[in-house]
Amino acid sequence: MIPFDYARPSTAKAAIDAVVRDKSARFIAGGSNLVDLMKRGVMTPEKIIDINALPLRGIARTGKTIRIRALTLNSAVAADPVITERLPLLAQALKAGASPQIRNMATVGGNLMQRTRCPYFYDTALPCNKRAPGSGCSALNGYNRMHAIIGFSESCIAVNPSDMNVALAALDATVIVQGPKGERHIPIADFHRLPGNTPQLDTNLQRDELITAVEIPDAPGFATTSLYTKVRDRASYAFALVSVAAALHIENGSIRDARLAMGGIAHKPWRLRRTEDYIRRQQPSIRLFNNAALADLKEARGHGHNNFKLVLAPNTIAQTLRTLAGLA
Amino acid sequence: MTPDHIEESGCQHASRRRFLKQSAAAAAIALAPGAVVKAAEKGLDETAAGYFEKAKLQITVNGTSHELSVEPRVTLLDLLRETLHLTGTKKGCDWGQCGACTVHIDGQRALSCLSLAVMQQGKQITTIEGLSTGETLHPMQEAFIRHDGFQCGYCTPGQIMSAVACVREGHAGSATEIREYMSGNICRCGAYPNIVDAIMDVKKTGGTL
Ligand SMILES: Cc1cc2nc3c(=O)[nH]c(=O)nc-3n(C[C@H](O)[C@H](O)[C@H](O)COP(=O)(O)OP(=O)(O)OC[C@H]3O[C@@H](n4cnc5c(N)ncnc54)[C@H](O)[C@@H]3O)c2cc1C
Ligand code: SF4
Ligand code: FES
Ligand code: FES
Repeated sequence: MIPFDYARPSTAKAAIDAVVRDKSARFIAGGSNLVDLMKRGVMTPEKIIDINALPLRGIARTGKTIRIRALTLNSAVAADPVITERLPLLAQALKAGASPQIRNMATVGGNLMQRTRCPYFYDTALPCNKRAPGSGCSALNGYNRMHAIIGFSESCIAVNPSDMNVALAALDATVIVQGPKGERHIPIADFHRLPGNTPQLDTNLQRDELITAVEIPDAPGFATTSLYTKVRDRASYAFALVSVAAALHIENGSIRDARLAMGGIAHKPWRLRRTEDYIRRQQPSIRLFNNAALADLKEARGHGHNNFKLVLAPNTIAQTLRTLAGLA
Repeated sequence: MTPDHIEESGCQHASRRRFLKQSAAAAAIALAPGAVVKAAEKGLDETAAGYFEKAKLQITVNGTSHELSVEPRVTLLDLLRETLHLTGTKKGCDWGQCGACTVHIDGQRALSCLSLAVMQQGKQITTIEGLSTGETLHPMQEAFIRHDGFQCGYCTPGQIMSAVACVREGHAGSATEIREYMSGNICRCGAYPNIVDAIMDVKKTGGTL
Protein backbone atom coordinates (compact mmCIF):
# COMPACT_ATOMS: atom_id res chain seq x y z
CA MET A 1 0.00 0.00 0.00
CA ILE A 2 1.21 3.49 -0.73
CA PRO A 3 1.44 5.69 2.35
CA PHE A 4 -1.52 7.91 3.09
CA ASP A 5 -2.78 10.26 5.74
CA TYR A 6 -5.54 9.53 8.16
CA ALA A 7 -8.23 11.62 9.82
CA ARG A 8 -11.12 10.73 12.09
CA PRO A 9 -13.54 13.66 12.16
CA SER A 10 -16.44 13.60 14.60
CA THR A 11 -19.07 15.46 12.59
CA ALA A 12 -20.47 14.89 9.11
CA LYS A 13 -19.64 18.48 8.22
CA ALA A 14 -15.97 18.04 9.15
CA ALA A 15 -15.85 14.81 7.12
CA ILE A 16 -17.34 16.47 4.05
CA ASP A 17 -15.07 19.53 4.45
CA ALA A 18 -12.08 17.20 4.55
CA VAL A 19 -12.87 15.67 1.13
CA VAL A 20 -13.74 19.09 -0.30
CA ARG A 21 -10.33 20.44 0.82
CA ASP A 22 -8.34 17.46 -0.40
CA LYS A 23 -9.12 16.10 -3.86
CA SER A 24 -7.29 12.83 -3.19
CA ALA A 25 -9.18 12.09 0.04
CA ARG A 26 -11.76 9.31 0.38
CA PHE A 27 -14.15 8.14 3.07
CA ILE A 28 -13.56 4.79 4.73
CA ALA A 29 -16.20 2.88 6.69
CA GLY A 30 -15.64 -0.86 7.27
CA GLY A 31 -12.65 -0.88 4.94
CA SER A 32 -13.50 -4.36 3.66
CA ASN A 33 -13.52 -3.20 0.04
CA LEU A 34 -11.34 -0.08 0.11
CA VAL A 35 -8.39 -1.60 2.02
CA ASP A 36 -8.35 -4.56 -0.40
CA LEU A 37 -8.34 -2.20 -3.41
CA MET A 38 -5.66 0.01 -1.84
CA LYS A 39 -3.41 -2.98 -1.14
CA ARG A 40 -3.56 -3.92 -4.80
CA GLY A 41 -2.99 -0.37 -6.03
CA VAL A 42 -6.41 -0.19 -7.72
CA MET A 43 -7.45 2.76 -5.59
CA THR A 44 -4.79 5.11 -4.28
CA PRO A 45 -6.29 7.81 -2.03
CA GLU A 46 -3.62 9.91 -0.34
CA LYS A 47 -5.81 10.59 2.63
CA ILE A 48 -8.54 8.52 4.17
CA ILE A 49 -11.34 10.02 6.20
CA ASP A 50 -12.50 7.50 8.79
CA ILE A 51 -16.23 8.15 9.25
CA ASN A 52 -16.70 5.71 12.15
CA ALA A 53 -16.84 8.49 14.76
CA LEU A 54 -19.93 9.99 13.07
CA PRO A 55 -23.30 9.30 14.73
CA LEU A 56 -24.60 7.27 11.78
CA ARG A 57 -25.64 3.93 13.28
CA GLY A 58 -29.02 2.37 13.90
CA ILE A 59 -32.41 1.53 12.42
CA ALA A 60 -35.64 3.41 13.01
CA ARG A 61 -39.25 3.00 11.88
CA THR A 62 -40.73 6.38 11.17
CA GLY A 63 -44.30 6.39 9.90
CA LYS A 64 -44.31 4.79 6.49
CA THR A 65 -40.59 4.21 6.10
CA ILE A 66 -37.75 2.31 7.70
CA ARG A 67 -34.53 4.28 7.94
CA ILE A 68 -31.17 2.54 8.18
CA ARG A 69 -28.24 4.80 8.93
CA ALA A 70 -25.16 4.46 6.77
CA LEU A 71 -22.71 2.98 9.28
CA THR A 72 -25.03 0.22 10.47
CA LEU A 73 -23.21 -3.07 9.95
CA ASN A 74 -24.52 -5.57 7.41
CA SER A 75 -24.67 -8.19 10.22
CA ALA A 76 -26.65 -5.81 12.46
CA VAL A 77 -29.17 -5.00 9.72
CA ALA A 78 -29.66 -8.70 8.89
CA ALA A 79 -30.35 -9.54 12.55
CA ASP A 80 -32.50 -6.54 13.44
CA PRO A 81 -36.08 -7.51 14.43
CA VAL A 82 -37.64 -4.63 12.46
CA ILE A 83 -35.83 -5.82 9.33
CA THR A 84 -36.43 -9.56 9.76
CA GLU A 85 -40.14 -8.90 10.40
CA ARG A 86 -40.93 -6.12 7.94
CA LEU A 87 -38.18 -6.39 5.28
CA PRO A 88 -37.11 -10.06 5.36
CA LEU A 89 -35.98 -9.78 1.73
CA LEU A 90 -33.23 -7.37 2.78
CA ALA A 91 -32.17 -9.63 5.66
CA GLN A 92 -31.99 -12.64 3.31
CA ALA A 93 -29.93 -10.76 0.72
CA LEU A 94 -27.48 -9.53 3.34
CA LYS A 95 -27.05 -13.00 4.83
CA ALA A 96 -26.37 -14.37 1.35
CA GLY A 97 -23.43 -11.95 0.96
CA ALA A 98 -19.78 -12.41 1.92
CA SER A 99 -18.98 -14.19 5.24
CA PRO A 100 -19.96 -13.57 8.89
CA GLN A 101 -16.60 -11.88 9.53
CA ILE A 102 -16.99 -9.54 6.54
CA ARG A 103 -20.62 -8.76 7.38
CA ASN A 104 -19.36 -7.65 10.83
CA MET A 105 -17.17 -5.08 9.08
CA ALA A 106 -19.27 -4.08 6.05
CA THR A 107 -21.55 -1.06 6.41
CA VAL A 108 -24.67 -0.15 4.46
CA GLY A 109 -22.95 2.89 2.89
CA GLY A 110 -19.86 0.87 1.95
CA ASN A 111 -21.97 -1.92 0.46
CA LEU A 112 -23.82 0.57 -1.76
CA MET A 113 -20.43 1.82 -2.97
CA GLN A 114 -18.55 -1.49 -3.31
CA ARG A 115 -16.79 -1.83 -6.63
CA THR A 116 -17.01 -4.56 -9.25
CA ARG A 117 -15.16 -7.86 -8.79
CA CYS A 118 -14.14 -8.02 -12.48
CA PRO A 119 -10.68 -9.68 -12.23
CA TYR A 120 -9.20 -7.26 -14.79
CA PHE A 121 -10.30 -4.30 -12.70
CA TYR A 122 -8.17 -5.76 -9.89
CA ASP A 123 -5.17 -6.55 -12.12
CA THR A 124 -3.23 -3.31 -12.56
CA ALA A 125 -1.05 -4.93 -15.27
CA LEU A 126 -3.98 -5.18 -17.71
CA PRO A 127 -6.18 -2.63 -19.51
CA CYS A 128 -9.46 -1.71 -17.83
CA ASN A 129 -11.61 1.30 -18.67
CA LYS A 130 -13.10 1.40 -15.20
CA ARG A 131 -9.70 1.60 -13.49
CA ALA A 132 -7.78 3.45 -16.19
CA PRO A 133 -10.27 5.24 -18.50
CA GLY A 134 -9.39 4.84 -22.18
CA SER A 135 -7.08 1.85 -21.71
CA GLY A 136 -9.62 -0.67 -23.06
CA CYS A 137 -11.76 -3.45 -21.65
CA SER A 138 -9.88 -6.71 -21.11
CA ALA A 139 -13.07 -8.63 -20.32
CA LEU A 140 -14.83 -7.95 -23.62
CA ASN A 141 -12.68 -10.52 -25.41
CA GLY A 142 -11.25 -12.12 -22.29
CA TYR A 143 -12.57 -14.41 -19.60
CA ASN A 144 -16.01 -12.97 -19.00
CA ARG A 145 -17.92 -15.72 -17.22
CA MET A 146 -19.04 -13.43 -14.36
CA HIS A 147 -19.96 -10.51 -16.59
CA ALA A 148 -23.09 -8.66 -17.72
CA ILE A 149 -25.68 -9.79 -20.27
CA ILE A 150 -27.69 -6.57 -20.19
CA GLY A 151 -27.06 -2.97 -19.14
CA PHE A 152 -23.44 -2.99 -20.36
CA SER A 153 -21.56 -0.97 -22.98
CA GLU A 154 -18.63 -1.58 -25.31
CA SER A 155 -16.53 0.26 -22.70
CA CYS A 156 -17.34 -2.05 -19.80
CA ILE A 157 -19.27 -5.28 -19.25
CA ALA A 158 -18.77 -5.52 -15.49
CA VAL A 159 -21.54 -6.27 -12.99
CA ASN A 160 -22.37 -4.72 -9.64
CA PRO A 161 -21.43 -7.46 -7.17
CA SER A 162 -23.68 -6.52 -4.24
CA ASP A 163 -26.51 -8.68 -2.93
CA MET A 164 -27.90 -5.92 -0.70
CA ASN A 165 -28.26 -3.56 -3.65
CA VAL A 166 -30.53 -6.02 -5.46
CA ALA A 167 -32.91 -6.17 -2.49
CA LEU A 168 -32.81 -2.36 -2.15
CA ALA A 169 -33.71 -2.03 -5.85
CA ALA A 170 -36.70 -4.35 -5.45
CA LEU A 171 -37.81 -2.54 -2.28
CA ASP A 172 -37.75 0.96 -3.85
CA ALA A 173 -35.17 2.31 -1.42
CA THR A 174 -33.98 5.91 -1.36
CA VAL A 175 -30.36 6.82 -0.62
CA ILE A 176 -29.99 9.92 1.56
CA VAL A 177 -26.78 11.84 1.05
CA GLN A 178 -25.25 14.98 2.48
CA GLY A 179 -22.89 17.27 0.60
CA PRO A 180 -21.42 20.75 0.90
CA LYS A 181 -24.72 22.15 -0.44
CA GLY A 182 -26.98 20.16 1.87
CA GLU A 183 -29.02 16.98 1.73
CA ARG A 184 -30.36 15.16 -1.30
CA HIS A 185 -32.51 12.06 -1.75
CA ILE A 186 -31.56 9.70 -4.60
CA PRO A 187 -33.96 6.92 -5.60
CA ILE A 188 -32.03 3.64 -5.71
CA ALA A 189 -32.83 3.28 -9.44
CA ASP A 190 -30.84 6.48 -10.09
CA PHE A 191 -28.04 5.78 -7.63
CA HIS A 192 -25.98 3.32 -9.66
CA ARG A 193 -25.05 4.16 -13.25
CA LEU A 194 -24.86 2.34 -16.55
CA PRO A 195 -21.28 2.24 -17.85
CA GLY A 196 -21.79 4.16 -21.12
CA ASN A 197 -18.53 5.92 -22.02
CA THR A 198 -17.68 6.61 -18.39
CA PRO A 199 -17.38 3.23 -16.67
CA GLN A 200 -15.04 4.78 -14.10
CA LEU A 201 -18.19 6.23 -12.48
CA ASP A 202 -20.16 3.50 -10.69
CA THR A 203 -22.72 5.80 -9.08
CA ASN A 204 -24.19 9.29 -9.25
CA LEU A 205 -22.85 10.13 -5.80
CA GLN A 206 -20.51 13.10 -6.01
CA ARG A 207 -17.00 12.76 -4.61
CA ASP A 208 -17.77 15.15 -1.75
CA GLU A 209 -21.10 13.62 -0.81
CA LEU A 210 -21.54 11.38 2.22
CA ILE A 211 -24.23 8.69 2.36
CA THR A 212 -26.02 9.19 5.68
CA ALA A 213 -28.91 6.71 5.43
CA VAL A 214 -31.08 4.47 3.31
CA GLU A 215 -34.84 4.76 3.55
CA ILE A 216 -37.18 1.94 2.55
CA PRO A 217 -40.98 2.11 2.29
CA ASP A 218 -42.63 -0.04 4.95
CA ALA A 219 -44.93 -2.15 2.75
CA PRO A 220 -46.19 -4.98 4.97
CA GLY A 221 -48.09 -6.62 2.07
CA PHE A 222 -44.77 -7.84 0.69
CA ALA A 223 -43.22 -8.93 3.96
CA THR A 224 -44.50 -12.50 4.15
CA THR A 225 -44.00 -13.42 0.48
CA SER A 226 -40.51 -12.40 -0.44
CA LEU A 227 -37.46 -14.37 -1.41
CA TYR A 228 -33.83 -13.77 -2.37
CA THR A 229 -32.40 -16.47 -4.62
CA LYS A 230 -28.65 -16.46 -5.18
CA VAL A 231 -27.04 -18.85 -7.65
CA ARG A 232 -23.31 -19.27 -7.15
CA ASP A 233 -20.39 -21.61 -7.72
CA ARG A 234 -20.29 -22.89 -4.14
CA ALA A 235 -22.94 -23.18 -1.45
CA SER A 236 -21.78 -20.11 0.44
CA TYR A 237 -19.18 -17.30 0.44
CA ALA A 238 -19.13 -16.64 -3.30
CA PHE A 239 -20.38 -13.78 -5.43
CA ALA A 240 -23.58 -14.35 -7.38
CA LEU A 241 -23.62 -15.71 -10.91
CA VAL A 242 -27.16 -14.38 -10.95
CA SER A 243 -29.56 -13.50 -8.15
CA VAL A 244 -33.22 -12.52 -7.87
CA ALA A 245 -34.94 -10.44 -5.20
CA ALA A 246 -38.68 -10.94 -5.36
CA ALA A 247 -41.64 -9.79 -3.31
CA LEU A 248 -45.23 -10.64 -4.18
CA HIS A 249 -48.42 -9.34 -2.64
CA ILE A 250 -50.94 -12.11 -3.28
CA GLU A 251 -54.59 -11.53 -2.33
CA ASN A 252 -57.54 -13.84 -3.00
CA GLY A 253 -55.47 -16.00 -5.32
CA SER A 254 -54.36 -13.09 -7.49
CA ILE A 255 -51.10 -11.18 -7.63
CA ARG A 256 -52.00 -7.71 -6.41
CA ASP A 257 -48.52 -6.31 -6.72
CA ALA A 258 -44.96 -7.45 -7.41
CA ARG A 259 -41.42 -6.14 -6.94
CA LEU A 260 -38.56 -7.83 -8.72
CA ALA A 261 -34.89 -7.06 -9.24
CA MET A 262 -31.93 -9.03 -10.45
CA GLY A 263 -28.20 -9.11 -9.66
CA GLY A 264 -25.23 -10.52 -11.56
CA ILE A 265 -26.55 -9.53 -14.97
CA ALA A 266 -25.88 -5.79 -15.31
CA HIS A 267 -23.66 -2.87 -14.32
CA LYS A 268 -26.33 -1.92 -11.77
CA PRO A 269 -29.01 -3.81 -9.86
CA TRP A 270 -31.59 -4.54 -12.56
CA ARG A 271 -35.23 -3.85 -11.76
CA LEU A 272 -37.54 -6.22 -13.69
CA ARG A 273 -40.44 -3.83 -14.35
CA ARG A 274 -41.78 -5.61 -17.44
CA THR A 275 -41.96 -8.88 -15.56
CA GLU A 276 -43.78 -7.11 -12.72
CA ASP A 277 -46.34 -5.68 -15.18
CA TYR A 278 -46.74 -9.08 -16.82
CA ILE A 279 -47.80 -10.84 -13.62
CA ARG A 280 -49.72 -8.04 -11.88
CA ARG A 281 -53.45 -8.83 -11.47
CA GLN A 282 -52.86 -12.36 -12.79
CA GLN A 283 -53.37 -15.73 -11.16
CA PRO A 284 -50.06 -17.41 -10.37
CA SER A 285 -49.21 -20.30 -12.70
CA ILE A 286 -46.05 -21.97 -13.93
CA ARG A 287 -46.81 -20.90 -17.47
CA LEU A 288 -47.38 -17.28 -16.48
CA PHE A 289 -44.06 -17.19 -14.62
CA ASN A 290 -42.09 -18.88 -17.41
CA ASN A 291 -43.34 -16.31 -19.92
CA ALA A 292 -42.97 -13.37 -17.54
CA ALA A 293 -39.36 -14.31 -16.82
CA LEU A 294 -38.37 -13.44 -20.40
CA ALA A 295 -40.02 -10.01 -20.46
CA ASP A 296 -37.03 -8.00 -19.22
CA LEU A 297 -34.35 -10.07 -20.93
CA LYS A 298 -35.29 -9.55 -24.58
CA GLU A 299 -32.20 -7.40 -25.22
CA ALA A 300 -29.87 -9.70 -23.26
CA ARG A 301 -26.68 -10.80 -25.04
CA GLY A 302 -23.78 -12.98 -23.93
CA HIS A 303 -20.05 -12.44 -24.44
CA GLY A 304 -18.93 -16.05 -24.76
CA HIS A 305 -18.07 -17.44 -21.35
CA ASN A 306 -21.22 -15.99 -19.81
CA ASN A 307 -23.71 -17.20 -22.44
CA PHE A 308 -25.07 -19.65 -19.86
CA LYS A 309 -26.55 -16.67 -18.01
CA LEU A 310 -28.99 -16.19 -20.89
CA VAL A 311 -30.66 -19.41 -19.72
CA LEU A 312 -29.83 -19.24 -16.02
CA ALA A 313 -31.31 -15.74 -15.58
CA PRO A 314 -34.89 -16.44 -16.74
CA ASN A 315 -34.86 -19.84 -15.05
CA THR A 316 -33.89 -18.23 -11.75
CA ILE A 317 -36.65 -15.62 -12.07
CA ALA A 318 -39.27 -18.28 -12.86
CA GLN A 319 -38.12 -20.59 -10.10
CA THR A 320 -38.17 -17.79 -7.52
CA LEU A 321 -41.72 -16.81 -8.50
CA ARG A 322 -42.87 -20.45 -8.44
CA THR A 323 -41.44 -20.94 -4.96
CA LEU A 324 -43.07 -17.75 -3.69
CA ALA A 325 -46.47 -18.74 -5.07
CA GLY A 326 -46.14 -22.26 -3.67
CA LEU A 327 -45.96 -23.88 -7.13
CA ALA A 328 -42.40 -25.20 -6.88
CA MET B 1 -4.78 12.32 20.78
CA THR B 2 -8.25 13.65 20.09
CA PRO B 3 -9.95 13.18 16.73
CA ASP B 4 -9.34 16.84 15.99
CA HIS B 5 -5.63 16.43 16.52
CA ILE B 6 -5.52 13.60 14.06
CA GLU B 7 -7.48 15.64 11.60
CA GLU B 8 -5.19 18.63 11.82
CA SER B 9 -1.91 16.80 11.77
CA GLY B 10 -3.27 14.66 8.91
CA CYS B 11 -3.65 17.77 6.77
CA GLN B 12 -0.09 18.85 7.35
CA HIS B 13 1.18 15.49 6.18
CA ALA B 14 -0.88 15.70 3.04
CA SER B 15 0.62 18.99 1.98
CA ARG B 16 4.13 17.84 2.86
CA ARG B 17 3.57 14.75 0.76
CA ARG B 18 2.25 16.70 -2.19
CA PHE B 19 5.29 18.94 -2.02
CA LEU B 20 7.63 15.96 -2.00
CA LYS B 21 5.78 14.36 -4.85
CA GLN B 22 5.76 17.49 -6.99
CA SER B 23 9.39 18.34 -6.44
CA ALA B 24 10.59 14.80 -7.11
CA ALA B 25 8.34 14.46 -10.16
CA ALA B 26 9.71 17.74 -11.52
CA ALA B 27 13.28 16.54 -11.10
CA ALA B 28 12.47 13.23 -12.73
CA ILE B 29 10.66 14.78 -15.68
CA ALA B 30 13.72 16.88 -16.45
CA LEU B 31 15.75 13.70 -16.80
CA ALA B 32 13.58 10.89 -18.05
CA PRO B 33 10.69 9.49 -20.09
CA GLY B 34 7.28 8.49 -18.69
CA ALA B 35 8.07 5.03 -17.43
CA VAL B 36 10.97 6.31 -15.39
CA VAL B 37 8.84 9.09 -13.91
CA LYS B 38 6.42 6.43 -12.77
CA ALA B 39 9.20 4.38 -11.24
CA ALA B 40 10.59 7.45 -9.51
CA GLU B 41 7.20 8.25 -8.08
CA LYS B 42 6.91 4.72 -6.84
CA GLY B 43 10.32 4.89 -5.22
CA LEU B 44 9.37 8.20 -3.71
CA ASP B 45 6.29 6.67 -2.17
CA GLU B 46 8.56 4.40 -0.20
CA THR B 47 10.90 7.21 0.83
CA ALA B 48 8.01 9.50 1.61
CA ALA B 49 6.69 6.96 4.08
CA GLY B 50 9.43 8.09 6.43
CA TYR B 51 8.05 11.63 6.35
CA PHE B 52 4.56 10.60 7.35
CA GLU B 53 4.08 11.19 11.01
CA LYS B 54 2.73 8.13 12.72
CA ALA B 55 -0.62 8.24 14.46
CA LYS B 56 -1.02 7.41 18.13
CA LEU B 57 -3.00 4.30 18.93
CA GLN B 58 -4.24 2.84 22.20
CA ILE B 59 -5.31 -0.73 21.71
CA THR B 60 -5.94 -3.60 24.14
CA VAL B 61 -4.80 -7.00 22.92
CA ASN B 62 -5.67 -10.09 24.98
CA GLY B 63 -6.21 -7.90 28.03
CA THR B 64 -2.94 -5.93 27.75
CA SER B 65 -3.17 -2.26 26.87
CA HIS B 66 -0.65 -0.90 24.37
CA GLU B 67 0.21 2.70 23.56
CA LEU B 68 1.65 2.62 20.08
CA SER B 69 2.41 4.88 17.23
CA VAL B 70 1.56 3.43 13.84
CA GLU B 71 1.69 4.32 10.19
CA PRO B 72 -1.89 4.57 8.87
CA ARG B 73 -1.26 1.89 6.22
CA VAL B 74 -0.40 -0.85 8.75
CA THR B 75 -3.13 -3.47 9.02
CA LEU B 76 -4.23 -4.91 12.34
CA LEU B 77 -2.83 -8.25 11.14
CA ASP B 78 0.65 -6.83 10.55
CA LEU B 79 0.52 -4.92 13.82
CA LEU B 80 -0.29 -8.12 15.72
CA ARG B 81 2.33 -10.23 13.98
CA GLU B 82 5.17 -7.81 13.39
CA THR B 83 4.90 -5.19 16.14
CA LEU B 84 3.38 -7.20 18.98
CA HIS B 85 4.97 -10.51 17.85
CA LEU B 86 1.70 -12.38 18.27
CA THR B 87 2.21 -14.73 15.33
CA GLY B 88 -0.70 -17.05 16.17
CA THR B 89 -2.95 -15.05 13.85
CA LYS B 90 -2.10 -16.17 10.32
CA LYS B 91 -1.81 -14.39 7.00
CA GLY B 92 -3.32 -16.60 4.30
CA CYS B 93 -4.41 -14.44 1.39
CA ASP B 94 -4.13 -10.90 2.85
CA TRP B 95 -7.16 -9.99 0.66
CA GLY B 96 -10.10 -10.95 2.86
CA GLN B 97 -10.78 -14.23 1.12
CA CYS B 98 -9.61 -17.04 3.46
CA GLY B 99 -10.41 -16.17 7.09
CA ALA B 100 -7.00 -17.24 8.47
CA CYS B 101 -6.56 -13.79 10.02
CA THR B 102 -9.87 -13.84 11.95
CA VAL B 103 -9.71 -12.14 15.37
CA HIS B 104 -12.35 -10.72 17.72
CA ILE B 105 -12.71 -6.95 17.79
CA ASP B 106 -14.79 -5.86 20.80
CA GLY B 107 -16.04 -9.45 20.93
CA GLN B 108 -17.09 -9.70 17.26
CA ARG B 109 -15.21 -11.76 14.69
CA ALA B 110 -13.58 -9.72 11.92
CA LEU B 111 -10.76 -9.99 9.38
CA SER B 112 -7.57 -8.40 10.66
CA CYS B 113 -6.03 -8.27 7.17
CA LEU B 114 -8.67 -5.79 5.94
CA SER B 115 -8.72 -3.76 9.17
CA LEU B 116 -6.39 -0.80 9.50
CA ALA B 117 -4.70 -0.75 12.90
CA VAL B 118 -5.13 3.01 13.22
CA MET B 119 -8.91 2.55 13.02
CA GLN B 120 -8.93 0.30 16.12
CA GLN B 121 -8.40 3.17 18.59
CA GLY B 122 -9.68 2.11 22.03
CA LYS B 123 -10.75 -1.36 20.87
CA GLN B 124 -10.35 -4.69 22.63
CA ILE B 125 -8.77 -7.33 20.41
CA THR B 126 -8.70 -11.05 21.18
CA THR B 127 -6.40 -13.36 19.23
CA ILE B 128 -5.85 -17.11 19.45
CA GLU B 129 -3.16 -16.43 22.10
CA GLY B 130 -5.82 -14.85 24.29
CA LEU B 131 -8.22 -17.81 24.37
CA SER B 132 -6.39 -20.11 26.75
CA THR B 133 -5.84 -19.35 30.43
CA GLY B 134 -2.28 -20.26 31.35
CA GLU B 135 -1.77 -23.93 30.53
CA THR B 136 -5.50 -24.59 30.26
CA LEU B 137 -6.74 -24.65 26.69
CA HIS B 138 -10.05 -23.12 25.68
CA PRO B 139 -12.85 -25.73 25.24
CA MET B 140 -12.86 -25.05 21.48
CA GLN B 141 -9.11 -25.70 21.27
CA GLU B 142 -9.62 -28.97 23.21
CA ALA B 143 -12.43 -29.98 20.86
CA PHE B 144 -10.34 -29.29 17.74
CA ILE B 145 -7.64 -31.60 19.13
CA ARG B 146 -10.16 -34.27 20.15
CA HIS B 147 -11.84 -34.27 16.73
CA ASP B 148 -8.70 -33.87 14.64
CA GLY B 149 -10.04 -30.56 13.33
CA PHE B 150 -6.88 -29.75 11.37
CA GLN B 151 -4.08 -31.20 9.32
CA CYS B 152 -1.37 -28.64 8.52
CA GLY B 153 -2.85 -26.25 11.10
CA TYR B 154 -2.39 -23.05 9.12
CA CYS B 155 -6.08 -22.15 9.00
CA THR B 156 -6.69 -23.37 12.56
CA PRO B 157 -6.28 -20.15 14.61
CA GLY B 158 -8.77 -18.43 12.30
CA GLN B 159 -11.10 -21.45 12.38
CA ILE B 160 -11.06 -21.52 16.18
CA MET B 161 -11.66 -17.76 16.57
CA SER B 162 -14.50 -18.04 14.08
CA ALA B 163 -15.88 -21.19 15.78
CA VAL B 164 -15.99 -19.53 19.20
CA ALA B 165 -17.88 -16.58 17.67
CA CYS B 166 -20.18 -18.95 15.78
CA VAL B 167 -21.30 -20.62 19.03
CA ARG B 168 -21.55 -17.30 20.94
CA GLU B 169 -23.68 -15.77 18.17
CA GLY B 170 -26.08 -18.70 18.39
CA HIS B 171 -25.30 -19.92 14.88
CA ALA B 172 -24.26 -23.46 15.79
CA GLY B 173 -27.74 -24.99 15.92
CA SER B 174 -27.13 -27.70 13.32
CA ALA B 175 -24.38 -29.01 11.06
CA THR B 176 -25.93 -27.08 8.14
CA GLU B 177 -26.02 -23.84 10.11
CA ILE B 178 -22.43 -24.35 11.27
CA ARG B 179 -21.27 -24.92 7.69
CA GLU B 180 -22.99 -21.72 6.57
CA TYR B 181 -21.62 -19.64 9.44
CA MET B 182 -18.10 -21.09 9.12
CA SER B 183 -18.00 -20.52 5.35
CA GLY B 184 -15.68 -17.53 5.74
CA ASN B 185 -12.86 -19.83 6.87
CA ILE B 186 -11.26 -21.82 4.09
CA CYS B 187 -9.26 -24.98 4.88
CA ARG B 188 -7.02 -26.21 2.08
CA CYS B 189 -6.52 -29.51 3.90
CA GLY B 190 -10.26 -30.08 3.86
CA ALA B 191 -10.66 -30.68 7.59
CA TYR B 192 -14.24 -29.39 7.37
CA PRO B 193 -16.14 -32.48 8.63
CA ASN B 194 -14.00 -32.66 11.76
CA ILE B 195 -14.23 -28.91 12.34
CA VAL B 196 -18.04 -29.18 12.23
CA ASP B 197 -17.89 -32.12 14.68
CA ALA B 198 -15.69 -30.14 17.06
CA ILE B 199 -18.08 -27.19 17.05
CA MET B 200 -21.15 -29.45 17.51
CA ASP B 201 -19.38 -31.05 20.46
CA VAL B 202 -18.65 -27.72 22.16
CA LYS B 203 -22.20 -26.57 21.50
CA LYS B 204 -23.62 -29.78 22.97
CA THR B 205 -21.45 -29.68 26.08
CA GLY B 206 -22.73 -26.16 26.62
CA GLY B 207 -21.15 -23.90 29.18
CA THR B 208 -20.06 -20.34 28.57
CA LEU B 209 -17.43 -19.71 25.97
C1 LIG C 1 -13.89 -12.08 0.14
C2 LIG C 1 -15.06 -11.16 0.01
C3 LIG C 1 -16.28 -11.68 -0.37
C4 LIG C 1 -17.39 -10.85 -0.50
N1 LIG C 1 -18.58 -11.38 -0.91
C5 LIG C 1 -19.65 -10.58 -1.08
C6 LIG C 1 -20.90 -11.09 -1.53
O1 LIG C 1 -21.05 -12.30 -1.75
N2 LIG C 1 -21.93 -10.23 -1.70
C7 LIG C 1 -21.80 -8.89 -1.44
O2 LIG C 1 -22.77 -8.18 -1.59
N3 LIG C 1 -20.64 -8.37 -1.03
C8 LIG C 1 -19.57 -9.18 -0.84
N4 LIG C 1 -18.38 -8.65 -0.42
C9 LIG C 1 -18.22 -7.20 -0.38
C10 LIG C 1 -18.62 -6.53 0.91
O3 LIG C 1 -20.02 -6.56 1.02
C11 LIG C 1 -18.12 -5.09 0.82
O4 LIG C 1 -16.71 -5.12 0.94
C12 LIG C 1 -18.70 -4.20 1.91
O5 LIG C 1 -20.09 -4.11 1.79
C13 LIG C 1 -18.10 -2.81 1.84
O6 LIG C 1 -18.50 -2.07 2.99
P1 LIG C 1 -17.42 -1.31 3.88
O7 LIG C 1 -18.18 -0.55 4.91
O8 LIG C 1 -16.38 -2.23 4.39
O9 LIG C 1 -16.84 -0.31 2.80
P2 LIG C 1 -15.41 0.40 2.67
O10 LIG C 1 -14.41 -0.57 2.17
O11 LIG C 1 -15.09 1.16 3.91
O12 LIG C 1 -15.75 1.45 1.54
C14 LIG C 1 -16.11 1.08 0.22
C15 LIG C 1 -16.32 2.35 -0.59
O13 LIG C 1 -17.47 3.05 -0.13
C16 LIG C 1 -17.17 4.38 0.19
N5 LIG C 1 -18.01 4.71 1.35
C17 LIG C 1 -18.17 3.97 2.48
N6 LIG C 1 -19.09 4.54 3.28
C18 LIG C 1 -19.52 5.65 2.65
C19 LIG C 1 -20.49 6.67 2.97
N7 LIG C 1 -21.20 6.62 4.11
N8 LIG C 1 -20.69 7.67 2.09
C20 LIG C 1 -19.99 7.71 0.92
N9 LIG C 1 -19.07 6.79 0.57
C21 LIG C 1 -18.85 5.77 1.42
C22 LIG C 1 -15.67 4.40 0.47
O14 LIG C 1 -15.12 5.66 0.18
C23 LIG C 1 -15.17 3.34 -0.49
O15 LIG C 1 -14.94 3.88 -1.76
C24 LIG C 1 -17.26 -9.47 -0.24
C25 LIG C 1 -16.04 -8.95 0.17
C26 LIG C 1 -14.94 -9.78 0.31
C27 LIG C 1 -13.64 -9.20 0.75
S1 SF4 D 1 -15.53 -5.20 -17.74
FE1 SF4 D 1 -15.28 -3.11 -16.92
S2 SF4 D 1 -14.14 -3.51 -15.06
FE2 SF4 D 1 -13.84 -5.34 -16.32
S3 SF4 D 1 -12.01 -4.98 -17.62
FE3 SF4 D 1 -13.76 -4.25 -18.77
S4 SF4 D 1 -13.79 -2.06 -18.25
FE4 SF4 D 1 -12.61 -3.03 -16.64
S1 FES E 1 -5.49 -13.34 5.46
FE1 FES E 1 -7.27 -12.22 5.99
S2 FES E 1 -8.81 -13.29 4.95
FE2 FES E 1 -7.02 -14.29 4.23
S1 FES F 1 -5.62 -27.56 8.38
FE1 FES F 1 -4.42 -27.10 6.64
S2 FES F 1 -5.50 -25.39 5.83
FE2 FES F 1 -6.84 -26.09 7.32
